[in-house]
Amino acid sequence: MDFQNNGPETANEEPLFVPSEDVREHLVVVGNGMAGCRAVEELLARDKDRYRVTIFGAEPYVNYNRIMLSPVLAGEKSFDDIVINSREWYSDNDIELIAGDPVTAIDRAAKTVTSHSGRTVGYDKLLIATGSDPFIIPVPGKDLPGVISFRDMKDVDTMLEAAGKGGDAVVIGGGLLGLEAAHGLTLRGMKVTVIHLMDTLMERQLDEAAGWLLKSALEGRGQTILTGANTEAIYGDGRVEGVRLKDGREIPASLVVMAVGIRPSTALAREAGLEVNRGIKVDDHMVTSDPDVLAVGECVEHDGNVYGLVAPLWDMCRSLADGLTDQHTGYKGSVTSTKLKVAGLDVFSAGDFSGGEGCEDIVLRDASRGVYKRVIVKDDRIVGAVLYGDTVDGGWYFDLLRKGEDVADIRDLLIFGQAFASGGGALDPKAAVAALSDDAEICGCNGVSKGQVVACISAGNGSLDAVRATCKASASCGSCTGLVENLLAVVLGDDVKSGPKTMCKCTSFTHDDVRREIVAQNMRSIPEVMQLLHWSTPDGCSSCRPALNYYLLCALPGEYQDDQQSRFVNERMHANIQKDGTYSVVPRMWGGLTNPTELRAIADVVEKYNAPMVKVTGGQRLDIFGIRKEDLPAVWADLNAAGMVSGHAYGKSLRTVKTCVGSEWCRFGTQDSTGLGVKIERMTWGSWMPHKFKIAASGCPRNCAEATIKDFGVVCVDSGYELHVGGNGGIHVRATDLLCKVSTEQEALDYCAAFIQLYREEARYLERTAPWIERVGVEYVKGRIVEDETGREALRARFLYSQSFSQDDPWAERAAGANAELHQPLEPRMPFGVIAAE
Amino acid sequence: MTDWIDIGTLADIPQRGARTIRFGDGQIAGAKEIAVFRTGDDHVFALVNECPHKKGPLSQGIVHGHSVACPLHNWNIALKTGEAQGADEGCTPTIAVKQEGGRILIARPASLKAAA
Repeated sequence: MDFQNNGPETANEEPLFVPSEDVREHLVVVGNGMAGCRAVEELLARDKDRYRVTIFGAEPYVNYNRIMLSPVLAGEKSFDDIVINSREWYSDNDIELIAGDPVTAIDRAAKTVTSHSGRTVGYDKLLIATGSDPFIIPVPGKDLPGVISFRDMKDVDTMLEAAGKGGDAVVIGGGLLGLEAAHGLTLRGMKVTVIHLMDTLMERQLDEAAGWLLKSALEGRGQTILTGANTEAIYGDGRVEGVRLKDGREIPASLVVMAVGIRPSTALAREAGLEVNRGIKVDDHMVTSDPDVLAVGECVEHDGNVYGLVAPLWDMCRSLADGLTDQHTGYKGSVTSTKLKVAGLDVFSAGDFSGGEGCEDIVLRDASRGVYKRVIVKDDRIVGAVLYGDTVDGGWYFDLLRKGEDVADIRDLLIFGQAFASGGGALDPKAAVAALSDDAEICGCNGVSKGQVVACISAGNGSLDAVRATCKASASCGSCTGLVENLLAVVLGDDVKSGPKTMCKCTSFTHDDVRREIVAQNMRSIPEVMQLLHWSTPDGCSSCRPALNYYLLCALPGEYQDDQQSRFVNERMHANIQKDGTYSVVPRMWGGLTNPTELRAIADVVEKYNAPMVKVTGGQRLDIFGIRKEDLPAVWADLNAAGMVSGHAYGKSLRTVKTCVGSEWCRFGTQDSTGLGVKIERMTWGSWMPHKFKIAASGCPRNCAEATIKDFGVVCVDSGYELHVGGNGGIHVRATDLLCKVSTEQEALDYCAAFIQLYREEARYLERTAPWIERVGVEYVKGRIVEDETGREALRARFLYSQSFSQDDPWAERAAGANAELHQPLEPRMPFGVIAAE
Repeated sequence: MTDWIDIGTLADIPQRGARTIRFGDGQIAGAKEIAVFRTGDDHVFALVNECPHKKGPLSQGIVHGHSVACPLHNWNIALKTGEAQGADEGCTPTIAVKQEGGRILIARPASLKAAA
């Protein structure tokens, strides 16, 4: 309250703005943006003479459509195109516009506002519509010239100027605003990199599947999209030169646009002593804690919610105008939807698409058209929707959502859209298919009509697979699988033969289908597989995710980014979880050999970490039990220091190579089985497999290393090496099949590598070698490994190539600090420890 | 009136993963830890870190949709309710959690409140 000298009467001395004869109540609006002006429009529509209106604006322009800054940047519109209210509107309605002179203080006691230039104006009612400020992340270099936000016309001018010189631009933030900035700059000829902290673009509007599609499409347009990327600093000497990420990468840029988010602009209200939380608190009539001060738009917080989209603004402005004209309808909050179009990419989201209790997902994926649709239904009502590629039904879903309409009757057809679901009352999908004409196309990929599919089924092809094999319907992208299944049901009634077992409930494809398509279509990530193969769940389940992760890892050695969250706990923690939640740790002992240094290190670890038990395993090594998750990195560091690495006793991977002492010591030994075992283990350790894999090498047919119940076993004889495969000592004991006999140690190693690679490439996830060989037959394996020399050599080469990426000790990485958060609990700001100590 | 405890930011928890919060023995339903989950769509849930089946540490399971598969015997637990899914029966206590201003807050459990 520093403005006692400038009472309301001072304002009345401004002859230009305040006609002295005007005795109406004076409404002063702080903010000449979309909300402030819309509120005035709504007010004028209700009672155009009731208030005298003055509007202050920080920018030196009339009111323009801020949302349309993107098309201006992209060159699709000019500034004049996006003006909402011209100068004439202000003068026609007797509104004083004070543009380019922001209000800097409010004196609520005196009921005045003061602007930057010192102008003081009195009010009867004050409306704050200051909108929001771009959030600037506090990194070094944020104030360098060339670092801007994307909020107003000035920012667009800066971007256009930079784009005129060409070069590299970085956009920090992969949300709605950031992507629009990136798109505009790309069209203007800059090479654009988008840096996004989260793993999914537009994660607040899109789920992972839609975000992945968007990312792929933008990359196809030449943008570089870095997700999960954390900005450490913006660097440059006197002017921005680039952005450095936390992982050390540097991206050169002559322009950096920060579009990480917006924050309600509340400073003015806060300084005026109004109640402010995240935004300026308002009631249902947009009245703040001061009955003569109202607020509207992005700067307010209503019922705990802050909005950053335009639709809620309109709702608020209506309620505000009602209140100012004594109609008091009251604002009840808004359900929002987002529709984004970047260069022809259609994206829509509405409501709550995060699922949760009682929510059911209806998912439609059409890979050939690049379409993903997901509608979330709860208690027979739509609660959310995410659409990508085809958003024509967005408005319809949003309408059903807002009205809370019961969709039980159209549920089966809901996902196909309004035209389908509302058309003709054919609500049973089977009836809908039956109603199709014979020349209706069922399979777009292979051009198969309904008549052809029906003829194919009638000719005795009674299963989906038979139909796929015969008339090719649903044999390519698979998006018509549901239609073909319905046709089978229509033609055959209950005689439909069930197909092979699908991978899990998330897909209608089998393990073999999925593997084949991953390779054929060169798929590179789990979301990509789920999209192209029409997964029916947003992010899979605990069955399919580890399998997909393995299949991709196997198909793309050295390239695929392993997804830790798709691995079972043991593989994520590199130790074996036990029933009490502690872990057991098994260091590798090559071929079962050890020495005093290793034994001392193990003994020291057992004492240092109070491990309650140490046990000799069946695989000839030592298992240390009862290690706590937090202690694992330290335990590994101690074991690493003695030269030991992970034994992978926890993995779907090479476990152990068990040996006997062989010719070096044993009076019966025919070959150096111990030495061979060590060589095999050095070659194979660290490899990920469909399931665990055990090897043994025995020095003579007495077979002390039990090689004939291992996945791969070597039994040495005088004349060479017998190679055995497919043994198992588990629930169903299975002795190995003899693969062949070779004469040199090198051959034994080569055949072993080729056999492992064949198993890696062709067995289904979680299928041991024993059931795999029972399924494909040992003759098949012999054909590939023994009889096909070229094929064997290629398999061996692929295995060794893959191994060149997999023999880094995971313990060493963790001991050095990688993924430390996986081992540490969170620290609350108010620690429980204090409480717990009492 | 619920007490809310600030436990960190969304970025502290891996997507489709969990972190734990530890406190004194037996103060919540006889358990020692709370598991705070972050789903693929960035929702956050908190449960006592014990499967209703054999007390497996749920924080170490695979998070899919709004469920977690227990690492010990693959029971699927709904993150919102703590209920076992499918044919399995049992329920893990849940703890109220909310995201506010980029921070994750969990409700101070009643038993802790009494101890404080």
